[in-house]
Amino acid sequence: MQYRALKDNAREQRLIHIRTIIAFVIVFILLSVLFSRYFFLQIYHYETYATKSESNRVHLQRLPPKRGLIVDRDHQLVAENQPSHVLSIIRDRVDDLPALLDSLKRYQLIDDDDIARFMKRKKRFRAFEAQPIRFNLNDEDIAKVAANRIRMPGVEVNATLVRHYPQQGDLAHMLGYVGRINERELKQLDLDNYSGTHHIGKIGIEKHYEDFLHGTAGFQNVETDARGRVLRTLEKTPPIPGENIVLHMDLDVQKVALQALGTHRGAVVAIDTTNGGILAAVSTPTFDANAFVNGISHKNYNALRNNLDLPLFNRIIQAQYPPGSTVKPMMSLAGLEEKATFTWSKVADPGWYQLPNDKRYYRDWKRQGHSKFVGFHDALEQSCDVFFYDLAFKLGVKNISKYYDMFGLGWDTGIDVPNERHGINPSPQWKRSQGRGRWYTGDSLNMAIGQGYVLMTPMQLAYMTSIIANRGKRFIPQMVRKLGDNELPPKQRPAIKLGDEQNWEEIIYGMQRVISGKKGTARRIGRGLTYTLAGKSGTAQVVGIKQGERYDAKALKERQRDHALFIGFAPIDKPRIAVAVIVENGQSGSGVAGPIVRKVIDAWMLKVAEQEKLEKQKEEKLKKETKASKDNEHV
Amino acid sequence: MFETKDYVRQINADGFRKKQGFWQSINLDPWLLLLLVTLTICGLFLLYSASDYKIPTLKRQLTFYVIAYTVMIIIAQVPMLFFRRIAPFLYIIGVLLLLAVLLFGSGAKGAQRWLDIPGIIRFQPSEILKLVMPLTVAWYLSSRILPPSFKHVVAVMVLVMLPTIMIAAQPDLGTSILIASSGLFVLLLAGLSIWYIVSAVVLGISAAWPMWMFGLREYQKGRILTLLDPERDKLGAGWNIIQSKTAIGSGGFNGKGYLQGTQSQLNFLPESHTDFIIAVLAEEFGLIGVMLLLGLYLCIIIRGLMICWMADTTFNKLVAGSVTLTFFVYIFVNMGMVSGILPVVGVPLPLVSQGGTSIVTLMAGFGLLMAISSDKQQFSR
Repeated sequence: MQYRALKDNAREQRLIHIRTIIAFVIVFILLSVLFSRYFFLQIYHYETYATKSESNRVHLQRLPPKRGLIVDRDHQLVAENQPSHVLSIIRDRVDDLPALLDSLKRYQLIDDDDIARFMKRKKRFRAFEAQPIRFNLNDEDIAKVAANRIRMPGVEVNATLVRHYPQQGDLAHMLGYVGRINERELKQLDLDNYSGTHHIGKIGIEKHYEDFLHGTAGFQNVETDARGRVLRTLEKTPPIPGENIVLHMDLDVQKVALQALGTHRGAVVAIDTTNGGILAAVSTPTFDANAFVNGISHKNYNALRNNLDLPLFNRIIQAQYPPGSTVKPMMSLAGLEEKATFTWSKVADPGWYQLPNDKRYYRDWKRQGHSKFVGFHDALEQSCDVFFYDLAFKLGVKNISKYYDMFGLGWDTGIDVPNERHGINPSPQWKRSQGRGRWYTGDSLNMAIGQGYVLMTPMQLAYMTSIIANRGKRFIPQMVRKLGDNELPPKQRPAIKLGDEQNWEEIIYGMQRVISGKKGTARRIGRGLTYTLAGKSGTAQVVGIKQGERYDAKALKERQRDHALFIGFAPIDKPRIAVAVIVENGQSGSGVAGPIVRKVIDAWMLKVAEQEKLEKQKEEKLKKETKASKDNEHV
Repeated sequence: MFETKDYVRQINADGFRKKQGFWQSINLDPWLLLLLVTLTICGLFLLYSASDYKIPTLKRQLTFYVIAYTVMIIIAQVPMLFFRRIAPFLYIIGVLLLLAVLLFGSGAKGAQRWLDIPGIIRFQPSEILKLVMPLTVAWYLSSRILPPSFKHVVAVMVLVMLPTIMIAAQPDLGTSILIASSGLFVLLLAGLSIWYIVSAVVLGISAAWPMWMFGLREYQKGRILTLLDPERDKLGAGWNIIQSKTAIGSGGFNGKGYLQGTQSQLNFLPESHTDFIIAVLAEEFGLIGVMLLLGLYLCIIIRGLMICWMADTTFNKLVAGSVTLTFFVYIFVNMGMVSGILPVVGVPLPLVSQGGTSIVTLMAGFGLLMAISSDKQQFSR
């Protein structure tokens, strides 16, 4: 026991030495474990972590292109891009999104509509990307955000370019507008090209030429730090801006047309007959396209939608009206061509027409009739219905339908604006397919005076007028004249070839007499003309008038009154413009629609005259200069 | 009889004292000093990169190095006998201070670690115990017969666990691990029977479950769960590990170059200048840098164990061994947690991470090693 109680230093030291060696071995093993761990991460998994580190650091940013501008033929802006302040949220930096949205709402920076839109579009944006929640911040809003920024991490105000329509409603229907991209559009879009773009053309030219207007997105690789702040740009492919568009439209003529229509509901279409370009296209009432750009509120949208006057309705290409007497020149042409009537033909007009073996009276618009003998040109001048009833009887539905078809009824005109309707060119087959029974000769009679089943859009009416003005040449109506630097050539359908080209002149003479004849229905608008004008009025019934009943405008409610129509072109020998006007419930084609046509043509012809004068001056100047230079040479 | 022999040897040694060299005259170990200075210089360069080129941070760190080296040199001059005498008193003071921390301590991030006597001093008593613990256990065991009997093992366990639990309660898991291991290393070196170790491991494993249920705090559990699956909490606790692993892995063999580490320079790597600084090294200098650092550390450990080996008295041997092995624990826990094989506990990379107290404590430990090495030389044959 004594022995054991004594300390044995040598033994203890040996013991400690052994333990030290063991400890060293363990230390060495554990350090090797550490080393192999680092070897594993740095050599074996190098690729994985190198990629991870690179994607930490480098982010691909899309650079949205600048949308192309749209200008009228005189280069006045009709669609531009304006700098606008956008409130965006970067979800990555937000701790509590609902709370943040709530406080933004409390500061009256956003409303429930904005929140709903934001939540819907959330999927489109990655968490580190700035997702816009409200556009068009005003100075006060910006100040509010700046003041509360510390309390709202992840909220940003950025400046971007947003579409603006300086002419507001003046050409809203044809120009259309852009709006925020919605779910359905998202599915069809090239997401690479559209990431970073918030707006897309919804209707009109903005939609039809979307691909050209949008441009190509660029991108840049940026180095960001852990907070997502961009430190530098590593690589950049700049975006290619969208093409600018020059319209055929003349804003001055457009405004004249708009003013002439005034508070009426209706449409005006003016076509440049030299190339089919649309000089003016008005649908009233109209609306401010700017309201749609950043999302219109439910309240305002419903107000527009529920308006009885249908301001959102594009009457130019979507409204279908009975064309009434405006189709009579075309019918006359059909009669001449099919030898159903001749320039020397005369028809007695007692104020009504009766088919053989039919007791039904087909009334003329003039109750007492026009005269005992109505000639070919008189029929157009006075718009004699009985003459055309007789003509229709002789032509038959097949021929009538054929000529309607040649002048574009039942077809798209081909205008470069989407959602065009193509009217109705009725036929016995069509009537049967509609479940309306057998075709009666009476139906043909109505068809010849543009009533009954016939329906045309104002655009089709103007197209028909331009074909007459051009003596069969069929230019396809076009809104856009220049796409970027490319002048678009006029588009044409094969011209209408007549057996006798003189027939064009015959019907045009009749149309001239509408304006300048003693009994011309529109002789009042022919006063003080400085150019030659041909036209045709039309008054189309909205509700059918029963047999034996008299038409009483006053008794009818305003919305059941006749539509007033008028077509016209000028000058007669070298036409420059063709116009079609429809005034809903305007009652009198010659009295209401006629003056509008006159004003629109006046406005354009004034410009044409000015242009010709300028060109003449230039020519003379050139002549003088060449002469002077020649003289100098002689000296 | 054996004691007498020892006594004679000591007398002899005294009688034949060799002519002292320069290093012996100032009681410093030149090899250890060279290694430490190399490590310190490397650390400063690394810190410059890790702290976004902040000169003030660098100056602060340099100040701490100066203080730490001063402390080391002073301690190296003190005879080990002195430490052996005051160890129990230091231990009692340390435990009392820990008690004070628990009662009046201040701190940050939900932990009470600091004792703040306003206007006079502000320090972490737990740091003192890092030094006092091995001294105390060595003091206790060196005067007993080794290997220690069960009674003494129990006594040592009490000495070790008392401050460990108090520090873990602050809570400071990292420091309590370091202190516990510094005490236990003494016990192990003193020849603790292998059966105690085996049964402790068995006991530890069987205690793991109740420990998990009742012993660990939520954030500690989170750290362990996050270690097993960092993706579990991508933006929270897992973020650190994911980013540090990414930094290390993307360094590859050669590294991205000094100051070129994107993970650290662009602030993806959190705590890059403190606990996670090894990731900066791994990213910028690659596996080569890691190897060199590990090599440097290994040299320091070898030198420390050599001092332990050559030390004359049991007390000196135990203290030297414990200080060296604790230094290794720093390295292993830090590099293990940053590379994702150990849970994240607050253990700095020794002598490299920013942070004054740990550097001073570590250097004080090396001061003890130097004191031991010169102790031996004074009495060498």
